[in-house]
Amino acid sequence: MQSQREYVLRTVEERGVRFIQLWFTDVLGIPKSFSITPADLDNALEEGMTFDGSSIDGFSRIQESDVIARPDPTTFQILPFHIGSDSMVARVFCDISNLDGTPFSGCPRHVLRRQLEKAHEQGFSFFAAPEIEYFYFAEPDPTGKPRPLDNGSYFELTVADLATDLRKKTVLTLEDMGIPVEYAQHEDAPSQHEIDLRYTDALTMADTIMTVRLVVKEVAQERGVHATFMPKPLENVQGSGMHTHFSLFKGEKNVFYDGDDERGLSLTAKQFIAGLLEHAREITAVTNQWVNSYKRLVAGYEAPVLISWAYNNRSALVRIPKVMGGSSDSTRLEYRAPDPACNPYLAFAVVLAAGLRGIEKGYELPPEAASNLFLMSDEDLAAAGIRALPHTLDEAIGVMEKSELVAEALGEHVFEWFIRNKRSEWEQYTTTITPYELARYLPTL
Amino acid sequence: MEPLLCYPQPLNLALQKAIDNAGYPFVAVSGADEAARTEPEEGWIGAVVSAVEDPEAAFALCRALRKKESPVSPVLLIIDANQLASLELKEDLFDDFALLQTMPDEIEARLSHLFFRTGRGKTADIIAYGPLALNLETYQAVCAGRPLDLTFMEYELLRFLAAHPGKVFTREVLLSRVWGYEYFGGARTVDVHVRRLRAKLGEEHAHLIDTVRSVGYRFGRARWSA
Repeated sequence: MQSQREYVLRTVEERGVRFIQLWFTDVLGIPKSFSITPADLDNALEEGMTFDGSSIDGFSRIQESDVIARPDPTTFQILPFHIGSDSMVARVFCDISNLDGTPFSGCPRHVLRRQLEKAHEQGFSFFAAPEIEYFYFAEPDPTGKPRPLDNGSYFELTVADLATDLRKKTVLTLEDMGIPVEYAQHEDAPSQHEIDLRYTDALTMADTIMTVRLVVKEVAQERGVHATFMPKPLENVQGSGMHTHFSLFKGEKNVFYDGDDERGLSLTAKQFIAGLLEHAREITAVTNQWVNSYKRLVAGYEAPVLISWAYNNRSALVRIPKVMGGSSDSTRLEYRAPDPACNPYLAFAVVLAAGLRGIEKGYELPPEAASNLFLMSDEDLAAAGIRALPHTLDEAIGVMEKSELVAEALGEHVFEWFIRNKRSEWEQYTTTITPYELARYLPTL
Repeated sequence: MEPLLCYPQPLNLALQKAIDNAGYPFVAVSGADEAARTEPEEGWIGAVVSAVEDPEAAFALCRALRKKESPVSPVLLIIDANQLASLELKEDLFDDFALLQTMPDEIEARLSHLFFRTGRGKTADIIAYGPLALNLETYQAVCAGRPLDLTFMEYELLRFLAAHPGKVFTREVLLSRVWGYEYFGGARTVDVHVRRLRAKLGEEHAHLIDTVRSVGYRFGRARWSA
């Protein structure tokens, strides 16, 4: 710990860093930050910085509202945007604690850390690799009607394309920050792009996702473009998901792999998937937390709707990707529900909780969904015992509220606040008169 | 770091290898004249003189080194086992001696012991390998003249690897030597950090860290293949 602090302090001095941004995340996954100068850094590393938490979503409590941001020196990183200028900026992620030093229960990093510790007690380390989709729109003003930058489609090679430039710059910036990118590509919809990250442990990945969102937006903004992770910004084309690949290791061994199984999938993996399927409805409010999230989760746009799993069938909620070259290390599952506007700390925490529950209780994996589920009738689905994900935020919150698993994973503080906040979001939405209603009803009714 | 003066030129291969593996830069010379001509501005950091090939010339060199205005010290004398008797009355010409048949590790241990007393020698301040340099005093790393902005653990991993070029380490060993405790990530954390380091080193220098299939990682090459 001492040498980590020393490292941060020396680097700030040697590289001429002028500001250090302390980053943390509110309960809804919105990045928060305040800046300190190098003069305050030593003290911040030693004792943390006290601030009033009542203005942060999900942090407020009735009696005391002061909390402490404690920089995690392992996450110290110089931001590449200002390199070479005379005001270099670095960031460091913070854990939030109470004044007495105990972890603050509203801190999303803490929620995930607690779940990871639980997995760790059983010898497991949990890895995540997300595929982050997002849109570029021409107007930097998010209140205007979104206008795509291009009309390209999947894997399309276009000439002198601004969006391609932006994506390239984004990838280079990420690599400079030590975030290796597996693929970057044009997605199906106009102006939709995807960045796939190489796996890391789940806590680092949640931090990384926060960084990626910022870098994507920052790079776009420099060119007057608006980047958005909104789950479904355009009608009639697919929305943005954050399909995430998960695996579980014990030491150097991938415990999702079993060479004796016909498809290389271990019993542990099957139980984990069974847990994820069993509790999928309960965790959806967390993995898909906005009213708009549910406009993505509809049939016909490659988004999952039905709770099922399959080898390499992209209509399933959980997909087991084919492992290249039979490498046991990369055996994994892909959970296709989350969208890139979720809080990654909380989303990873509930996914892990559901999977671990499956392992603990020895859940049995239902049969693989072989055919394209979208083509099955409701009767056939019911007969096969296949349930659907919640259709609206309202439904999702209703299911989550009854979930002992989610309450335990998030902790009482976050659980209660989240439900209250989401209920009020739903309330606002249902009392809004939408353009759809005006266009449809005003002339005729 | 200034080089060690070595004699004779060419140096016995086993000896050369031992000094090299111990991490000391050196210049081999064929006599006192050449030693004076090639002496660096800061002076020789010390000398390793082999008396195996030509004892007379070797001792002459030792004498010359001692007679200098600022005598070269330490001087490690290398002899053959049957030359032990010839050391008599020459004790002032060297600080320590080792037998040629000696293990390379012993040469390294004797050198670091000698340098410990003089306070010079292989200071651990800079690790340099090819385009890469790490300043251990300031925690800064530079690759091809470009500063690398590393996180603490990336820096620690790179420092450990670069301090042992050519050596293959398993993930478990790296985890215990660099992290020292078990992090959530377990051994896979090493892979993650190696990838991040390669990304920061840039495409051109990413190969500095080799993946040794189904074993682990190796930084650079030893000048002597094992």
